[in-house]
Amino acid sequence: MSSVSKRLATDLLFKGVLGLATVILFIPLIMILYYIIVNGAGAISWAFLTSLPKPPGEIGSGIGNAIVGSAILICIACIISVPIGVGVGVFLSEKPTHTIAKMVRICLEILQGIPSIVIGIISYLWVVLPMGGFSALSGGIALSLMMLPLVIRSTEETLKLIPQSLKEASLGLGVPYYRTMTKIIIPAGRPGISTGIILGISRVAGETAPLLFTAFGNPFLTFNIMKPVNSLPSLIYNYATSPYSDWQQAAWGASLVLILFLFTLSLIARTISTR
Amino acid sequence: MRKTSQLSPEDRNIRIYETLFSWILKFFSVLVVATLVGILATILIQALPSFRDAGINFYTGKSWDPVFKHFSATPFVVGTLATTVLALLISIPFSLSIALFSGFYLHPGRITSTIRLLIDLLAGIPSVIYGFWGLSIVVPAVRQFELFSGRVPYGVGIFTAALILSIMIVPYAASIGRDVIALVPSDLKEAGLALGATPYEVVRWIVMPYSKAGLLSGILLSFGRAIGETMAVTMVIGNANKIPGSIFDPANTISSIIANEFAEATDPIYVSHLIHMGLILFISTTAIGLFGRRVIKKWSSH
Repeated sequence: MSSVSKRLATDLLFKGVLGLATVILFIPLIMILYYIIVNGAGAISWAFLTSLPKPPGEIGSGIGNAIVGSAILICIACIISVPIGVGVGVFLSEKPTHTIAKMVRICLEILQGIPSIVIGIISYLWVVLPMGGFSALSGGIALSLMMLPLVIRSTEETLKLIPQSLKEASLGLGVPYYRTMTKIIIPAGRPGISTGIILGISRVAGETAPLLFTAFGNPFLTFNIMKPVNSLPSLIYNYATSPYSDWQQAAWGASLVLILFLFTLSLIARTISTR
Repeated sequence: MRKTSQLSPEDRNIRIYETLFSWILKFFSVLVVATLVGILATILIQALPSFRDAGINFYTGKSWDPVFKHFSATPFVVGTLATTVLALLISIPFSLSIALFSGFYLHPGRITSTIRLLIDLLAGIPSVIYGFWGLSIVVPAVRQFELFSGRVPYGVGIFTAALILSIMIVPYAASIGRDVIALVPSDLKEAGLALGATPYEVVRWIVMPYSKAGLLSGILLSFGRAIGETMAVTMVIGNANKIPGSIFDPANTISSIIANEFAEATDPIYVSHLIHMGLILFISTTAIGLFGRRVIKKWSSH
């Protein structure tokens, strides 16, 4: 065997190993999706989506309260993080060299890296302890802390890409600065900003760790943000670790609902950002 | 500039809005900084009683037993290190393969975008679902393996947690690796290919040496990401509060002990010890993250 064909064989072998590793990696992905779809599809029905959890053994258990709870938590997180995030993003893109902007950048880098369980501790100490109990509000605040860096980043990145001439044209026509920003620049960056918000939602919608000792969980349906609420991820956690097979069945169903929700979000984000 | 009193009411309104607008932006930005300072201060203050109570014993002790008030983080530090290092060892070949495939071998096209889509899907699955899947599929499989190889058939344990964790960190590690490998100047790669080197030789002698620093900090960043991972690990690690003797033993990581015991801890000193562990987690992830990103930034700028 000549040395050239040996080298070519090594190259082919290497390429084969890389390809094999890539294919092997996707086996767990396919397995996870397969199990969720096969086990989850059997659990899902209209009654399952709308009714409340029942004790193990009783028929007709549902995840209605968890869906409502997740929606409440996501709403609270958005109400807090979207205005602040867009505001800070505008500030960062308008005054990139300001001292406060530099400090904000360092803080964002750290904030983004804080483990979700530590965020849960923080929200427990800041909200649960003073209020004297677990609540949807504390869970929403924990999620907003995780969402905030993403909203700020995407707003900043988007606004940086908007042509300077747009702003100059508006200012040149005598439009005050604040109106230029709120009526011209931010609307021009809306696709990018909303993509960031959707990505932020999809990051927090599946989070369980920050909710363990904030939103806590609740077997009943509640719309009161001062009361503990259930959420899809917490329900999956509680049911998956329970010994009852019908609860585990419900956890598969809830997993399918959660995955479908997350995939829909990323699909929406993709369509917005490619348009 | 005219004084405010000389302005028409309309102009005065505009000026008020103008100041209000810039003050709100500034206020929000200061709020972000204050939040982070507040987070750090809160954890430090809340962990103080633990420092006073356990002192150095928190790091040198061997057991965690809330009933007898033995509080030492050692079992969980060991558990965290064992789980994450093992997970990294398992995942590095896979992340590197994907990084090389999509950053060097393949031209942007249908295959790379398919790989990217699948990686995005993998990254989008919530931690709790990984844990659930691990609990119902991987744990029984590991139990079979343990029975077969003559070990105690726990099923749960460090090995199982590391397996699942390794799948979870691939998307993160692969995306850093791809970015690092894509930064290797194309004239270097093309020069190698033009001299008659095979793609493998270009990878071995040009791409890898050039991107060594970037890849190493990518591994470091994945490590920092992995130690904070909570739910999946908590569900399959077996929750044993002792120093693990082998990688098949049940154990606990820092994040899983907090997840398990924080809501049940009633004694204030118990809570403080758990927050102390949160502080360890916070400081290590932050230090690793800042350091790793600095290295990559410095490396990619020259």
